[in-house]
Amino acid sequence: MTAPIAKRSKAQFEGYRAARWPEPVVTQMGCPGRRGVVFEEAPTPELPKGAARKTAPALPEITEHDALRHYLHLSQMTLGMMGVSLFGTCTMKYNPRIGERAALKHLADLHPLQHPDTLQGVLELYDNFSDFLCEVSGMDQFVFQAGGGADAAYTHACVTRAYHASRGELEQRDQIITTIQTHPCSPATANTAGFEVITLSLEENGYPSVEQLKSVVGPRTAALMVNNPDDMGIYNPDIKEWVDIVHAAGGLCFYDHANFNGVMTRLRARELGFDACMYMLHKTFGAPKGGGGPAVGAYGCAEHLVPFLPGPLVVKEGARYRLDDDRPESIGRVREFWGNAPQVLKAYAWARAMGAEGLREAADLSVLANNYMDHRLAQVRGVSRSNPGIDAPRMEMTRHSVEQVAAETGCSIFEISMRMTDFGIDALWLSHEPLLVPEPFTPEAGELWSKEDIDYWIDVLEHVIEEAYATPDVVKGAPHNAPIRQLTTALDEPDQWATTWRAYERKHGQRMAAE
Amino acid sequence: MTQAHPWMANSVPEVKQQMLSALGVNSIDALFAQIPEDHLYKGEMTLPKQLASEVALARHLDDMMARNSGTAENLSFLGAGAWPHYVPAICDEVVGRYEWQTSVFGSPTSDHGRNQAWFEFTSQIGALVDMDFVGLPVYSWGCAIGHAVRMASRMTGRRRVLVADVMDPERLSVLRNYCAPREMARHIEIVTVRTGADGRLDRADLKAKLDDSIAALYVETPSYHGVIEADPGGLCALARAAGAEAIVGVDPLSLGLLEAPGAYGATIAVGPTQPLGVHMYAGGGVGGFIASPDEERYAREYNTLNVSISETSGEDEFGFGLTLFHQSSYGMRDEGKDWTGNSVYLWALANATYMAAMGPEGFAEIGRLIMARAQAAARRIDALPGLSVDLSRPCFKEFVVTFDSAQVSAVNTALRARGIFGGKDITGEPGVPDEAMLLCVTETHSEDDIDRLVAALKEITA
Repeated sequence: MTAPIAKRSKAQFEGYRAARWPEPVVTQMGCPGRRGVVFEEAPTPELPKGAARKTAPALPEITEHDALRHYLHLSQMTLGMMGVSLFGTCTMKYNPRIGERAALKHLADLHPLQHPDTLQGVLELYDNFSDFLCEVSGMDQFVFQAGGGADAAYTHACVTRAYHASRGELEQRDQIITTIQTHPCSPATANTAGFEVITLSLEENGYPSVEQLKSVVGPRTAALMVNNPDDMGIYNPDIKEWVDIVHAAGGLCFYDHANFNGVMTRLRARELGFDACMYMLHKTFGAPKGGGGPAVGAYGCAEHLVPFLPGPLVVKEGARYRLDDDRPESIGRVREFWGNAPQVLKAYAWARAMGAEGLREAADLSVLANNYMDHRLAQVRGVSRSNPGIDAPRMEMTRHSVEQVAAETGCSIFEISMRMTDFGIDALWLSHEPLLVPEPFTPEAGELWSKEDIDYWIDVLEHVIEEAYATPDVVKGAPHNAPIRQLTTALDEPDQWATTWRAYERKHGQRMAAE
Repeated sequence: MTQAHPWMANSVPEVKQQMLSALGVNSIDALFAQIPEDHLYKGEMTLPKQLASEVALARHLDDMMARNSGTAENLSFLGAGAWPHYVPAICDEVVGRYEWQTSVFGSPTSDHGRNQAWFEFTSQIGALVDMDFVGLPVYSWGCAIGHAVRMASRMTGRRRVLVADVMDPERLSVLRNYCAPREMARHIEIVTVRTGADGRLDRADLKAKLDDSIAALYVETPSYHGVIEADPGGLCALARAAGAEAIVGVDPLSLGLLEAPGAYGATIAVGPTQPLGVHMYAGGGVGGFIASPDEERYAREYNTLNVSISETSGEDEFGFGLTLFHQSSYGMRDEGKDWTGNSVYLWALANATYMAAMGPEGFAEIGRLIMARAQAAARRIDALPGLSVDLSRPCFKEFVVTFDSAQVSAVNTALRARGIFGGKDITGEPGVPDEAMLLCVTETHSEDDIDRLVAALKEITA
């Protein structure tokens, strides 16, 4: 529905039909002896006793066509962005197919350990894109090794360790400060890296006060890890002062710039004083989500942290590029090799197609679209906005609540979201834990979705809320138009969960025997 | 902007105006009122020219990428963490589907197909390693080792891990970053166990180091140098007897031939997913899996997202939803198990397709072919004067070639001039006393390819 569809109306809500194929679990398919891939025959090798497999793995025996058809059926039973997805905090944008084609054509057969002379194109790509992101952020160097935004946060925690260790202060500096509205990956990676995490709480203005920050900053402070604006669309105007306070105490400041879409070309992390920042290429820069990666957390930093960056670094010498792995202060690797090259290529392609003017336009459009949504949502029965006392226009997303609807109809935001999928709307993003706003949802329109798509999305929400008041059972029983019905197993019970078919067969067999 | 941008539906001036009018504001700038004036960047962005036209963009990408020369244009014997395996065309078709590429989180019902495919990834990995609990994949094999070691440390309350002194430096470097440094209270110490002349862990050294301070033994078979461990069950038993977890790293493509870790007493299995239907992509194809018995002791320590099969309110159908979500970093922030986030879930769909098409016989067949080709190459290289391969070591896919006098860097330069990428130069790495390369031979190498390599090596080292 990325192209405008004319005359959408409530009368046409019923027009969408999800694909529904009765696909068995693949391990149930096939018949012994059937083959999907064959190889040239070779003799059975002599193996050390005890090393040879005794029982063949219980994998399906199906034809190539069976395998392809099965997985294409499954892909058809995946809504993804085929309807309208305003999945907040994830900045759903177009994933240009040109990047996909170029990645297959140019990168598929490259080995990361090839001699750099044979990798000049991909090294130039990395160098060009680092330059691009440096200009956008004010930082001095970007690396693409981290396999996602959270991995970039982990990279920062590792860089923080190395930085303080180099000054002999790591033992002393064992705390990382974050806020409750910062993405969970910052506190989680700080903790994994061995730091104690201090989480600041929100105050009246929608962010923690300077006083609260001051009360926890001190000689044990290793770093501050924050996002801004947050997922409620609130911008912390004290952020420069925050950075100064942390710096004065000897800590580093990391800007999780996952919510960058609304401020592209307007804010540069370095000018706000941050030592390092992170962009998610599968989010802000148009590379596909893939249901959860492969992804890249592009990690950039100012000069004083460059020695600690994970290696190898792409270095330009004259017209040639080389990989520099002789960096004694480097943290080494957070992941093998030097990054998800296809994602870097896709993001670079997106960025080049946008240019400076395109980035500004995209930021403008995402903030405009969000405010347009806020405006319309304010008129939807029972919907309220987080931080009701703050009138200023929000950034690229806003957190809303259906607390009143839930109280009056018994329908939760989860059920409303499920019902919306019946109309081709991707399930809503509610909120990260902990839920500071009851019955939350967080849409983000970005620059991709047309006004018609956005209007349709709101029309569906409005329609479903009307249903909640009129026929709540329809909402509670949703979905009615999905490939399958509601899940009923208590998946958090040890005797019920099964993350593999073999575990299911065993537990199901036990249950059958018990009955 | 004079043209509406193809990727921005509302870049049409009239549409913008409609939205501004609805808001009753005159300019978009007014919507940025929250940002203090002195935070705003005042300069002009100096960025390369916009290439909104796809034809211009495609040309630019093609021109830049033409400066690569990869393993399709050259004959490559590089492995060591990214391996040249054949990727069936159906795998590319499956992962190219826009539905899957654009799915973000969704729900078990509206994204049913994706969740089922995830479950088929974990189910088939479970079948290969002979274990009941498998998480969704993590960033890489090295990251899987890191998380597994941390799981073991939490489970045992111990803070030391044993690894082979001969370990892939890439994976070891990743593991180091998962084990906080010694200045920190939660430091995990990495202790190395000697590798014997036979390429296997030295039993005596292992026994001497396995005490009640050890959280886990991490051992690979085949090893970094391609050596098949003859008795992995014995190693696992030693670890378990010391109260440690027995973590085994395996190449999933070896598991049609080699015994499954679950069958010989490994308590956690990890390994790479790139060999299962994913291109190398300059290292961007890597991924890792973690598997274990389906016991709460293990299951409740996973950092990964985990997908479980479920009944539904419908007749005769399954659904697939997340289990144990609350223990993740999404559920518990810094109190969660390590962290999770975007990983390599799209590659899991290629992996699922690959494993389904391969079936049990495909895995056995590819295992035999890889061993036959690798061993043929090893024998022929060993027969060359000045080069040697320890043929007494049973090897899978990779093996060490040592050079009496030639320098590997010079050999590789000369090979490259002939359109051949030699093995990874491992000279100077632990356990490598001489000039040596790690050579990788797979099902993608024909007998002619091996002839060509052998002839070139002979000529270069003559």
